[in-house]
Amino acid sequence: MSSDGNLLEVKNLRTYFETDDGLVKAVDGISFQLKRGETLGIVGESGSGKSVTNLSIIRLIPEPPGKIAGGEVIFNGTDLLLLPNDAIRKIRGRRIAMIFQDPMTSLNPYMKISRQLMEMTELHLGHTKAQARTHAIRMLETVGIPDAQARADSYPHEFSGGMRQRVMIAMALSCEPELLIADEPTTALDVTIQAQILELIKKLKRETGTSVILITHDLGVVAGMTDHVIVMYAGKIFEQARTNELFARPGNPYTKGLLRSVPDPTDEQGKLYQIPGLPPDVAHLKPGCPFAPRCDRVQDVCKREFPPFVQLNADHYSLCHFAQEVYSESGGTPA
Amino acid sequence: MATEKNPDHEDLVHIGPENAVAEADVHPDEAGTFVRGTSLWRDAWRRLLKNKLAVVGLVVVIVVTIASIIGPTAIKAIFGFTPDFIPTGDVNATRSLPPFTGPNGQFTWTHPMGTDNAGRDQFARVLQGGQISLFVGILSTLVSLLIGVTYGAVAGYLGGRLDNVMMRIVDVLYSLPYVIVVIVLLSMFRSQTPRGQLILLFIALGSVSWLTMARIVRGQVLSLKNQEFVLAARATGVSTPRIIFRHLIPNTLGPVIVYATLTIPQIMLTEAFLSFLGFGVQAPIASWGSLAADGIQNIAIFPWQLVFPGVTMALTLFSLNFLGDGLRDALDPQMRTV
Repeated sequence: MSSDGNLLEVKNLRTYFETDDGLVKAVDGISFQLKRGETLGIVGESGSGKSVTNLSIIRLIPEPPGKIAGGEVIFNGTDLLLLPNDAIRKIRGRRIAMIFQDPMTSLNPYMKISRQLMEMTELHLGHTKAQARTHAIRMLETVGIPDAQARADSYPHEFSGGMRQRVMIAMALSCEPELLIADEPTTALDVTIQAQILELIKKLKRETGTSVILITHDLGVVAGMTDHVIVMYAGKIFEQARTNELFARPGNPYTKGLLRSVPDPTDEQGKLYQIPGLPPDVAHLKPGCPFAPRCDRVQDVCKREFPPFVQLNADHYSLCHFAQEVYSESGGTPA
Repeated sequence: MATEKNPDHEDLVHIGPENAVAEADVHPDEAGTFVRGTSLWRDAWRRLLKNKLAVVGLVVVIVVTIASIIGPTAIKAIFGFTPDFIPTGDVNATRSLPPFTGPNGQFTWTHPMGTDNAGRDQFARVLQGGQISLFVGILSTLVSLLIGVTYGAVAGYLGGRLDNVMMRIVDVLYSLPYVIVVIVLLSMFRSQTPRGQLILLFIALGSVSWLTMARIVRGQVLSLKNQEFVLAARATGVSTPRIIFRHLIPNTLGPVIVYATLTIPQIMLTEAFLSFLGFGVQAPIASWGSLAADGIQNIAIFPWQLVFPGVTMALTLFSLNFLGDGLRDALDPQMRTV
């Protein structure tokens, strides 16, 4: 156990993919910490490296073409990247669990719900069949599946999307992991179900004290759920801050753009703001700031030099040549 | 980029609560009692029963199988002779009798298919031949299933260089003319006992018939292994062998079952062909192929000696093929284009 209360410490993580198009630096030098019991949000557009970061943490990057090129992932004092395969497998599911984006495809269609839940505890907690079954049914009840006893023997296709995501959560939490990684857990669900699932994750987190990494591209979800936020762009961290700080005083033009793009339901008419352009092709990054071509305050220096990672106050960082200015504009006082 | 509101598309925006309430889990306590849905297998079974040809095939296969299994024993109990019983006494009085005919030309139920060249009851021999033919077909298919499914799933899931090497081996074996391989195998290791010859036949047929199965399963696994449930299983710490055998192979079962039912007649046909050439089953054990080989010698004088084993075999093979086609349609309804 590490001394400073950090459950997870990612240092300079770099994950590259060897493609026909060249080396894709999907994650390039990411560092962050997660304290016990806290929730970290990772936001960013599609392809910004959010999911790759988290797959790298539990070493599920497909190799080849993927490769963790460097860095450390220190979980409870051990570097996961150095562990042998057997050891990492004992951590997956037992101590670090994952929930995936699409509940429609993340359950095995040919296995009963009960079997899939039982597999977890039989594997990690050494449960007998009977114990595992009791546990599975209790977990299904915990996540709010009505009539769990009868439904446990259903197949996934007999469940709705929301129920399947509940099953995934039940599965993820059945060994009481210390860290739960939720990779866009509500993207495939409709809004009412989305709220219920988030509420469920929140409630279970409160009850079990699990730390959570929540990957999403929905800023509303981040605001309601997390303590810290990381904004990713082109495989880099663009801004990192406490959630309320980030929303109140963003210190990066990209974050500002993202916040402006959130539609305002009270504003019926008018155009929706969008950041111009598309995310860059990470296989062919030009020198300079990767966001420069889309930035509304781009200067010559942005196209020439890679921006510095500026500390704005105790735990607020921003990757921008003009971080201080942007921060001041949003009403912050740089340290 | 069109950001103006298009009145034509406004009806596409669903924000009303009505479709949300339709989800059973909005109000878990109001969801009511649980209704068991139809399982995939029950669905497939229902579709199979709608296909008349497949049902006829299924019935014929079941009848032939049961008759082959209990037939020789029943005949022994009723008439008191085994399929390889050669009557003593005047050979010319008992050999090559026409159907339903006794030694003196009178009508009798004793030999409904007549007798063969040595005076053995043709009906009992056809039934016993069915035993051997079905046995060879099913057992060799099981051998090919075991090898092919494992081989294909391992190659497909592990991928990379291993996959490349494994599938090139399959390609090499594919390019060998397998009938010749089987003939060479059988003639090189010619066994002295009929039972030994039969075992050799299994090995020879099984070892060449798994290739297509391996390819089919590999293809299936390739498309399955990138699905999220495999990633989810890996993320929960499931080991690689367990993922292959518990998660992936059950998902390939549909095409595997279909191909297996189509492999059985194919292997039976090969067995008949080999026995016909004299490489397969040896007398006194009979198979449909060896019976046909015996019958062909006297086709002009005693045609029933060829007709009965031949027709029985053709009927069974037809039925197995119809059943296989029916199963394919039932298990994979999307594939049916017409």
